[in-house]
Amino acid sequence: MADNSSSNAYWAANIRIITICLVIWAVVSYGFGILLRPLLSVIPVGGTDLGFWFAQQGSILVFIALIFYYAWYMNRIDREYGVDEQ
Amino acid sequence: MDQYTLNLLIVGASFALYIGIAIWSRAGSTAEFYAANRGVHPVMNGMATAADWMSAASFISMAGLIAGVGYINSTYLMGWTGGYVLLALLLAPYLRKFGKYTVPQFIGDRFYSQGARLVAVICLIIISVTYVIGQMTGAGVAFSRFLEVEVSTGLWIASAVVFVYAVLGGMKGITYTQVAQYVVLIIAYTIPAIFISIQLTGNPIPPLGLFSTHTEAGVPLLQKLDQVVTDLGFNAYTGQGSLLNMTLFTLSLMIGTAGLPHVIIRFFTVPRVADARWSAGWALVFIALLYLTAPAVGAMARLNIIDTIFPNGVEQPAVEYEQRPDWMRNWEVTGLLKFEDKNNDGRIQYYNDAAAGFNETATQRGWSGNELTINNDILVLANPEIAQLPGWVIGLIAAGGLAAALSTAAGLLLAISSAISHDLVKDWLVPNISEKGELMVARIAMAGAIFVATLLGLNPPGFAAQTVALAFGLAAASIFPVLMMGIFSKRVNSIGATAGMLVGLIVTCLYLFTYLGWFFIPGTNMLENVPANYLFGIPPTAFGPIGALLNFAVAFGLSAMTQEPPRHVQDLVESIRVPRGAGAATGH
Repeated sequence: MADNSSSNAYWAANIRIITICLVIWAVVSYGFGILLRPLLSVIPVGGTDLGFWFAQQGSILVFIALIFYYAWYMNRIDREYGVDEQ
Repeated sequence: MDQYTLNLLIVGASFALYIGIAIWSRAGSTAEFYAANRGVHPVMNGMATAADWMSAASFISMAGLIAGVGYINSTYLMGWTGGYVLLALLLAPYLRKFGKYTVPQFIGDRFYSQGARLVAVICLIIISVTYVIGQMTGAGVAFSRFLEVEVSTGLWIASAVVFVYAVLGGMKGITYTQVAQYVVLIIAYTIPAIFISIQLTGNPIPPLGLFSTHTEAGVPLLQKLDQVVTDLGFNAYTGQGSLLNMTLFTLSLMIGTAGLPHVIIRFFTVPRVADARWSAGWALVFIALLYLTAPAVGAMARLNIIDTIFPNGVEQPAVEYEQRPDWMRNWEVTGLLKFEDKNNDGRIQYYNDAAAGFNETATQRGWSGNELTINNDILVLANPEIAQLPGWVIGLIAAGGLAAALSTAAGLLLAISSAISHDLVKDWLVPNISEKGELMVARIAMAGAIFVATLLGLNPPGFAAQTVALAFGLAAASIFPVLMMGIFSKRVNSIGATAGMLVGLIVTCLYLFTYLGWFFIPGTNMLENVPANYLFGIPPTAFGPIGALLNFAVAFGLSAMTQEPPRHVQDLVESIRVPRGAGAATGH
């Protein structure tokens, strides 16, 4: 394992990216899909509004993007901090 | 060829495929039986995870749930997919790095306590057994409707097939059959949806069709649907729901999904930590193919059913009972669709007789109550018949429903049997058992679990539907928080974790029992199951996040007051946080 300060920095970077991803995760589902739907109702989508689209499709598409982005990002910083699997 | 022979042929061919795979992928070691020797490609594992996760509930029930109330049940779509983000970011990579075989094993090692491990085993068994009952009854419904056998005969056939590949192949056999089952179920689900989407909107992609223009009416499909359902007294399909309930219920499903042991152990089968991250993404891609199709299936089926009952528009008289289509006759036999001619006019009136504002219209039209009850569960299975699709599509739906139920059942059975053979027998009761002996115990435990699941499927306790709420509630309140704390905190110790799990487990059970009856026995509930009685308005099905919160609070509180974990445990936490060295980890 790398020395202590480098592994602390690696973990801090991981926590930071997890926090960013989970904020987006919450905004698209609980935000756009449920709580903010009344605000989004001015934007029409196919016979209904944007909030409905986020609740039934949009949030799922964003979830997929988030997981792939996280996997790509982490696999990159694993190498940067020298903690990847050789 | 008649429909029955066609169904038999298609279902028979899919079963032959599963058994062929089982013989090809026999397990020779415990590493193969528990974790497919950690040699599963991440995309393959994603596909297997999708089949493992998508149960009879996803395949058979979900579109019907959405069709019933529309927007409000989007909670299932977001809840059952959003959990994968939690799984991918917070649990899967670290548990793969830990590199052992079962979820209780991580809890036992991280919290250096056989007691914590035992509590985890109990939670795991309650979650998995309640979940498996639903799969067996789902398989029973599909059998009895499409193969015209007794439900009991169908169940024994289904468990014989699961027996062959799960007992022979363990995780290895289950993984490759799940890949095949995914292919069968996704084809079965999407083909009818594509046909119906073209019929209604001209768009061959159902998720796009949902937001397209209804060809016949010339207005957007959802607008047309809103109009016909409100004309019959129902709430608008895209109408608003309670914000608090939707939020809590979605959260409950998300946390519960991330805490389900049979899903978590799938990520133990990939070669590397990096693969565990990718694999969660692929799993969600394969799940999304069905989950993006489901809301289209729901909305279009609702429209098709209303169209069948009111062929000349909802303003005109309903169809005569004697003129009803064949699919109604077929499903009447199963009792899942019922007609009662309340006003004796020989026609099928279908409307919302509970809506006070609609009573006047109903009286004017000479209606004396809704005459048709349709069980939500038949919607996907009857969909090809409702849309008058060719016979082979109907056979395909039968094979798909069975694939969904059996693949999930097998994953659950593996979680149960490995908890018994590895956590209880190998690491507790008979520590010096040989590898061969452990493999034999694992197979016997699997056979026993299949037998119990079949018996429970044959005599489903009347509470089968409610117990699913219990499975998700417990996964959210007990398993998920303790795993997360084990990874993200070095400070939480054995006392905190064990007490936290117990509090999550007990409080969640008590809350459910208060409204749904002690051990779900009807009539023993202490408070009536109505919103006025709920604590802060929280329905029992959405209690998971509250249980999780209590678990976290108790664990952190007690840990702060007691000694910090020993050095070697803190080192263990350090080591699971970095991927390096994952290849070297083994069962022991």
